[in-house]
Amino acid sequence: MDLNSQETIKRLADEHGNEHLLVVLGAPDAESAEIAAETVVLGDPTYAGALAEAQLGLSVYHALEEEFRSQIGDDVWEEQIGIMADVLEAEEISAAVKGMREQAP
Amino acid sequence: MFESKQVIVLGERDGIAGPAIAACVESAGGHIAYTSTECFV
Repeated sequence: MDLNSQETIKRLADEHGNEHLLVVLGAPDAESAEIAAETVVLGDPTYAGALAEAQLGLSVYHALEEEFRSQIGDDVWEEQIGIMADVLEAEEISAAVKGMREQAP
Repeated sequence: MFESKQVIVLGERDGIAGPAIAACVESAGGHIAYTSTECFV
């Protein structure tokens, strides 16, 4: 994950508290989605950024997960996400992010 | 899902871009705290 994003997430966690943050991912595949989710749940696995060893345990979802999809109106969903939902492997991505969410400390 | 939450959007260029996700969140009444669109090459 981008180092600037990691610094911002750490700052937001300090300002608002971990329980008040929700992360939504747009990663294109299960592997990158899992790494991004891991970074905000268990810490940066590459130990390169501000979230290294920061077990924030944030709530994290991918935009293609049903839990997120169900919150969005059909028109907006189709306009903003629709095409990519047909292209990306939603099931694999969802399973990867859910698996990481369940490892929250 | 969004009630009393600050939402962090981490979009990706090859997946779903940050502004597209942010538009969805805002349409559902969510508050965006940060949006990015990352690019892995």
